[in-house]
Amino acid sequence: MAQNLLEFRGVSKNYADNQVLHDINIEIKAGEIHALIGENGAGKSTLMNILFGMPVIHSTGGFEGEVCICGEPVKIMSPHDAMEMGIGMVHQEFMLIPAFTIAENIKINREIPKENALNSTMSRIFGERMKTLDFKTMNQDARRALDRLEMSLDEFALVAGLPIGYMQFVEIAREIDKTNTRILVLDEPTAVLAESEAESLLSAMRKLAAEGIAIVFISHRLDEIINVCDRVTVLRDGELVVTKDVKDTNVIEIAELMIGRKVSIGKEDNEAREISDDVIFEIKDLHVAMPSERVRGVDLKVRRGEILGIGGLAGQGKLGIANGVMGMYPARGEVLFEGKPLPLNRTKQVLKSGVGFVSEDRKGIGLLLDEPIDDNIAFTEMSIHGNFLNFLGLCDSKAIRENALKMIKDLDIRCTNEKQHTGRLSGGNQQKVCVARALTQKPKLLFVSEPTRGVDIGAKKLILDLLRSLAQDQGMTIIMTSSELAELCSICDSVTIICEGKVIGTLPPDASPVEFGLMMSGICTSALDSENVKEGEVAQ
Amino acid sequence: MEETAKSGTDIKGLIKSLPPAPFIIGGFWVLVLIVAAILNMPWVWLISDSLQRAAIWGMLVLAMVPSIQSGTGPNFALPVGLCGGMLAMVTAIQLGFTGMGLLVMAAGMAAILGIIMGYLYGVLMNAVKGSEMAIATYTGFSITAVFFIIWLAVPFDNPFLGWFIGEGLRNTIALGPMAANQVLDNFLMFEVIGLTIRTGTILVFAVFCTLVWLFFRSKTGIAISAVGANPMFARAAGLNVDRSRIIANIISTSLAAVGVVVYAQSFGFLQLYDFPMWMAFPAVAAVLVGGATAQRAKVIHVVIGVILFQGLLTTVPPVFTEILAGADMTDAARMVIQNAIILYALTKIRGGGK
Amino acid sequence: MIDSRNDFASRTRAFLTNNIVTIIFVIFVVAGYLSSPGISVSGLLSEVISRFFRNGLLVLALIIPVMAGLGLNFGIVVGALAAVLAIIPVRYFGIGGMGGLLLCFAIALPIALLFGWLTGKLYNKTRGQEMIAGIIVGFFAEGLFLIFVLFIIGGVIPVAAGHPMIIPRSVDGVAVPGVGIRAAFDMGAHATHPVAMRDPYHVPGLSSAMDFLWRIDFTVALFVVALGVIAFLVIRRVMAKKNKAIKKSTKLVFGLKCGFWGLIALLALHGMLMPDGMIFWFPGAGFGFQAPASPIAGTGMIPVVTGLVILVFSLLTTYFTKTKLGQDCRSVGQSQHIANASGINVDRTRIIATMISTVLGAWGMIIFLQNMGTVSTYTAHRQIGMFSVAALLVGGATAAKAGVKNAVLGLLLFHAMFVVSPGVGRLIFGNELVAEATRNFMTYGVIGLSLGLHVWKTRKAAERELSLDAFDPPPPTNGNGGASNGEGGDSSIKEMLNAPSNATADTVE
Repeated sequence: MAQNLLEFRGVSKNYADNQVLHDINIEIKAGEIHALIGENGAGKSTLMNILFGMPVIHSTGGFEGEVCICGEPVKIMSPHDAMEMGIGMVHQEFMLIPAFTIAENIKINREIPKENALNSTMSRIFGERMKTLDFKTMNQDARRALDRLEMSLDEFALVAGLPIGYMQFVEIAREIDKTNTRILVLDEPTAVLAESEAESLLSAMRKLAAEGIAIVFISHRLDEIINVCDRVTVLRDGELVVTKDVKDTNVIEIAELMIGRKVSIGKEDNEAREISDDVIFEIKDLHVAMPSERVRGVDLKVRRGEILGIGGLAGQGKLGIANGVMGMYPARGEVLFEGKPLPLNRTKQVLKSGVGFVSEDRKGIGLLLDEPIDDNIAFTEMSIHGNFLNFLGLCDSKAIRENALKMIKDLDIRCTNEKQHTGRLSGGNQQKVCVARALTQKPKLLFVSEPTRGVDIGAKKLILDLLRSLAQDQGMTIIMTSSELAELCSICDSVTIICEGKVIGTLPPDASPVEFGLMMSGICTSALDSENVKEGEVAQ
Repeated sequence: MEETAKSGTDIKGLIKSLPPAPFIIGGFWVLVLIVAAILNMPWVWLISDSLQRAAIWGMLVLAMVPSIQSGTGPNFALPVGLCGGMLAMVTAIQLGFTGMGLLVMAAGMAAILGIIMGYLYGVLMNAVKGSEMAIATYTGFSITAVFFIIWLAVPFDNPFLGWFIGEGLRNTIALGPMAANQVLDNFLMFEVIGLTIRTGTILVFAVFCTLVWLFFRSKTGIAISAVGANPMFARAAGLNVDRSRIIANIISTSLAAVGVVVYAQSFGFLQLYDFPMWMAFPAVAAVLVGGATAQRAKVIHVVIGVILFQGLLTTVPPVFTEILAGADMTDAARMVIQNAIILYALTKIRGGGK
Repeated sequence: MIDSRNDFASRTRAFLTNNIVTIIFVIFVVAGYLSSPGISVSGLLSEVISRFFRNGLLVLALIIPVMAGLGLNFGIVVGALAAVLAIIPVRYFGIGGMGGLLLCFAIALPIALLFGWLTGKLYNKTRGQEMIAGIIVGFFAEGLFLIFVLFIIGGVIPVAAGHPMIIPRSVDGVAVPGVGIRAAFDMGAHATHPVAMRDPYHVPGLSSAMDFLWRIDFTVALFVVALGVIAFLVIRRVMAKKNKAIKKSTKLVFGLKCGFWGLIALLALHGMLMPDGMIFWFPGAGFGFQAPASPIAGTGMIPVVTGLVILVFSLLTTYFTKTKLGQDCRSVGQSQHIANASGINVDRTRIIATMISTVLGAWGMIIFLQNMGTVSTYTAHRQIGMFSVAALLVGGATAAKAGVKNAVLGLLLFHAMFVVSPGVGRLIFGNELVAEATRNFMTYGVIGLSLGLHVWKTRKAAERELSLDAFDPPPPTNGNGGASNGEGGDSSIKEMLNAPSNATADTVE
């Protein structure tokens, strides 16, 4: 058995009071393909940030425990250190310059200078950077890296115009061209690939592993993990659940381990509510061009008075649905509200017809941070219906204040007064201001995205209770999008899971974790026979 | 992460949040005035002159507020509005108006031209989002050059407009013959302790300040502010970002157009040709001196800024001339102060990443 | 897939929109020339060529910042100020000739490096707004410069009484040391100037110190250049055959290029050998013809050394793009984010680019002033930034892409515009007075137009990339509705897999 190439020993990390990693121990051998899976917030990215010495780790007080390479503890203080130690990473977001050739991209900042008399003179006078470059050798190196991946691309072709799948290979080629790369981290590399491309990527991974490179494979596609990986580590809520040999496990077990048994937040009345069959809102074949949250053909029906949860992993398109309907990003498809078609890409009309929107990006889109609470709350209603204006068409400060005071009381917004700037409120209270603005509009249907992101535990419950009571007591229809399955299950009447831009299925909130886990990996549970599910539960 | 601020840090935070420019420039101005008093110079007259110049520059500085609030940035293309106003005034003179009638007529036409040109300028600014300031500067220069040709080519035959011989309009058109010089200045003018208060001009400035202030409390005005503060927020609230920016630039351009009429009557002359070219920069600097940033501006910043900046420019030359025995440092000092302020504001623009 | 006619139309449209500024200027110059009966070809050439050598280096100074993503460096004005600051002491102490000029270059270097460093720092603080910052920093520096030349010199730095460069001052009729430099001072006559020739005690000045070192007739220079270009074309073609990474042009294009420069060489030869035309008569054959007078003879003399300096800096600029630092500049210019993630020191690279530009600007200004012969102390630098930027843009550069080719073409076209604008003024307005205004309008307009077009195009491209159709085109409306989007994308990628070289050939072009 080979020695451990990379080891995390007792790694823990806190952001302020929030522990995001707890005593993580992972061993990765040379030539191994090691899958790392977990829900959003499970700690995958924090762990990788530690491995790469990202500034975000060191500017927040570093971490506990140690990272070892070849058994030796190492200090990785910057991405540059990580590179020196032979750690390569392929990010989800491409780091390629379109106007450069493939070879130039592969060799960026590792260009090879020519060694000749002129260059040595120039470098003596003006420094190393005045050496001319040996494009021939650089092209040859690039060729070699591409050949290792069995790519027949021209190394002097421009990256601009390459199909997106190829860019992934160029990224990998860049990492393996670094002479000492021993550890390669691939973050969701197959998410952007078509099936045939994904297949050739997996075979390239096997080839690299056979050369002795250790690969950390982060993916939501469980079938690929089973297909290509040697071992799999499951993270959940900052803790390491288990590391297993892939041959000893199966898709169902991994799915269940990933989701775990969630403690529902504040769900007292567990019984299913009576919901009418009256469809208030319907989406047909919706496509939305929201970068990194693309929607590729979603169909959805929402019944009057229900709370529909939309779940799924980050980047799979769940956030794109609300944003697309509201016209924040270009969208195509058909949307019916109370039987009438809603125009797409026309935010004002959608708002006017009685649809409210609480954005997932509270600080970027949800609030005017340098404006007072009362103006923030009144804003949308004023611009949509022209309320809060006096007979001169000027803003009616009194009405705005009264409305704000009522909302502050109803929603229990903690602030010094209604004139406080929203930028100075805590996350939970900011969220309440966003909800208050939507409620001021008196919507019949409310989109709420990530309502508890960046909100502390106590405020979380208040916000969820509020949403619940809006639906229960006022009969409002709510479509809630969240990355936290637990909170979806705690207040929703049903939960729809989105994967790769499409609806995978809809589950009742009390469905088993296995079902949720599989759906989030893009596997529709109805396709599996129930025995397998049971087997999975037993295995756990 | 962020908590409600404690009261102790609140005062410190308040002081920190105050813009430094008004205090530095204001302090400097007071210092120069004290020096003037020590040198036994007529400092009351200096203050009176400062106020006068502040009043005539006021509307041009006020034109900065809508464009800054809408997120277009300071209106470096002020010459667009100025040229419109100048054309309106020349036309009114050609049509034979005199006195107050001339001013009212000119202002009316200026406003209409301002709306048309402001609309076109707004469309342009929407097309070049992200680099508005550099392109606005060159738009201003270009329009000045276009009007240079218009002044040469326009077939107006009023003897007060043209040269005695040759074609084209005069460089400087005296408003005296039309009885339109200082019409507003002299309206209800009075003196207190040697300070001459030119009520009319100040009143006009005050009226327009109030109008702009009220506008930014209307639905459209609030929408413009929101668009400038956070375009994504504005979109999520159903606002048309491009339309709001165009409206803001129409108002800005119209204010500049009407402003040049007020400027000319107080000055007593209407200058043509190269006059608009360099007018934007002092106006931008003035609003920044008042405490505005390249992204947020209020009417109060205009009032404070124009008094401080014009006050400083009016006071420094005579005092320095006195100290330096005859050497005229006006231009150099103005260039340093004015452009230092603009540069400082440019370094404070957020979102300058990538 | 795309039918070829459509392709041709879209290519033509793309060519027109990408080169609109250059096209406008070509039309302007041609129209202006045709409507200016007073201007001969040689007269036009003479004006344009002299301005070309005067301004050449100033325009080259703008290329490297464009590469580094700083846009057009309007801040080159601070380099021009450094040049004036360097010339002042050299002229004050009356050091003339080429030695004096070299001293100017030497003194300007550290000043320009310092100014460039400060400007670069400023650009890093005003990221994304470098161009307006560059415009404003020029004005700001002018203010400081005025304080220096008007008050510090003489006020703080002692000067000699009655020195011709200093604003004179006298107390009770006796000259005392003055304060401040005069509004204009001359660069001192060159040794070959008629006045200097007559004066045995003449001290050589800086005026034309470089230009007059060695001059040859324009036709000779043109002949040499044309032969040089042909040699270059041939060598490159031979090289390209060896190295497949170098883009090959078709035989036709190569032939056309060689033919064009061959014609130029013949034209030059004609001007050299028979400037006034010649009558050929073959008595034996009873046949003869008259060769016409050369249109380009009489263009005048070319300053060879200045030309060589410009040539050397053109080559150095091209050389720079092939160095590690040049590659870093390109990376930074393309994406600061990616450059930073790759470990390139983005801020430092940007500062170096600004410093190089400022130094070239300063040296360019020295060449400019030695050609002009006088220095307008307070205003000489003013138009430098604007005119240089305009010239580069006229040559087809944008805020993101500029090369030596753009500089050369732009210099010629922009200055031809200067010469012919009275003609255009008469043509359009029937008034030559409009010339000045027309020039200004063309200058400001070209800057505004090409900056604006560039931003607009960049935004449109970004929007297209983010649009729905870019990643998720609607299903085809005709027939075969069954094919899903995924399969559609898949097959196109498979196509590319089969013919990778084909696809890349398109993108390279």
